[in-house]
Amino acid sequence: MSADTSYASEGASDFRAGARLGLPIIVAVGPFAALFGALAIQNGFTEFQVVLMSATVFAGASQMVGLELFGQTIAPWLVVFSIFAVNFRHILYSAAVGRRMGGWTAWQKAVGFFFLVDPQYAEAERRGESGRTVGFAWYLGMALPVYVFWVFNSWLGARFGALIPDPHALGIDFLLPIYFLGLVVGFRKRPLWLPVVLVAAVVSIVAYTVIGSPWHISVGALAGVVLAAAVPPSPQARADYDDPPPDQSGQSV
Amino acid sequence: MSEITWIILASAVLTYLTRCGGHLVLSRFSRIHPRVEAGLNAVPTAVLTALVAPAAYTAGPAEALALVAAGLIGLRGGMMSVFFGGAAVLIAGRQFFG
Repeated sequence: MSADTSYASEGASDFRAGARLGLPIIVAVGPFAALFGALAIQNGFTEFQVVLMSATVFAGASQMVGLELFGQTIAPWLVVFSIFAVNFRHILYSAAVGRRMGGWTAWQKAVGFFFLVDPQYAEAERRGESGRTVGFAWYLGMALPVYVFWVFNSWLGARFGALIPDPHALGIDFLLPIYFLGLVVGFRKRPLWLPVVLVAAVVSIVAYTVIGSPWHISVGALAGVVLAAAVPPSPQARADYDDPPPDQSGQSV
Repeated sequence: MSEITWIILASAVLTYLTRCGGHLVLSRFSRIHPRVEAGLNAVPTAVLTALVAPAAYTAGPAEALALVAAGLIGLRGGMMSVFFGGAAVLIAGRQFFG
C-alpha cells in the first residue's frame, strides 16, 4: 500500500516536471495553432475539420503544408502524400526515442508515439542523455498540456480567423512561406545543410516552371535527400557504422 | 463525409505510422547505414526548401523583402521573432508596394 502511494506520488511529480517543460512550447506554438485555424477556415475547412486535423494529425508544419495544397486544386492523395513526406522525419525520432522506453508497456509506447512532436523528441533525448529515466508519467506530463492547447488554439484561430477583413493587407496568404523559411534556417546546423538547400531550391524552381505544381515539392525534396545520401559519409560516421559504439548495439529493441 | 475530412483522417493514420514506424522497423536493425541516416536527416530541410523556393521565385518585392528579413532574423533569433519580424516587413511592404 505504502509502496503504491510513493509510486503514485513519484509519478505525479514526474508529470509536473514534464509539464514545466511543456509550458514554453505552449507559448511558442500557440500563435501557429491559431494561424493554422485561421488559414484553414480561409481554405474551406469547417471548424470541426480544423479541430479534427489538429487533434488527429498533431503536427504543425505538415498541417500548414496540407493547407497550402488545399488552396490549389490537386489530387487528394498528393495532399496526403505531401503531409506524409513532411512528417517522415518522425521515423528517425521514433527509432531514437524508442531505445529510451525500456520500461514501457506496449500500450504506453503506442500512446507515447502519438505525441512524438519535435520538442517532445528533443526534450526526451535531452533527459535520456543526462542519465534520467524517460518515464511514461514524465512524457505525458509534457505532451498532454501541449496537445490540449494546440487543439484549443487551433479552434480559437478558426473562430477568430473568420473575422479577419483583408487577408492580403495583413499578409495572411504569405505567412506560410515565411514560417517554412524560418524552419529551414533553424536546421542550418545540420550536416550538408547549404548544399541540400541549394539543390532543393534550384530543382524545385525548375520543376515548378517545367512540370508545374505540386510536383515541384516532391521532385525538389527528393533531389535534396538524394544529394545528402550521395555525399560520402564522414570518416566518423563510417567508423561508427563499421564498428558500432557499445551503447548503440544490442539494446535497440 | 467530405473530401477534406477523408484527407485529414488518412494524413492522421500516416503521421502516426511515421511516429511508431521508426521504432518498429529500425529497431530490427542494430545499425543504420550512414547514407540512409544522412538522407533522412536532410528530409525536413529539403521538403521545406522545395516549398519556399518557388514562392520566393514568383514573389513580388514585398514578399521577397519579407523572406530576406525572415532569413536574416533566423540567423540570430528564434522562430517567433522570425515569424513576427517577417510578417511585419510583409505588411509594411504591402502598404508601400500595394
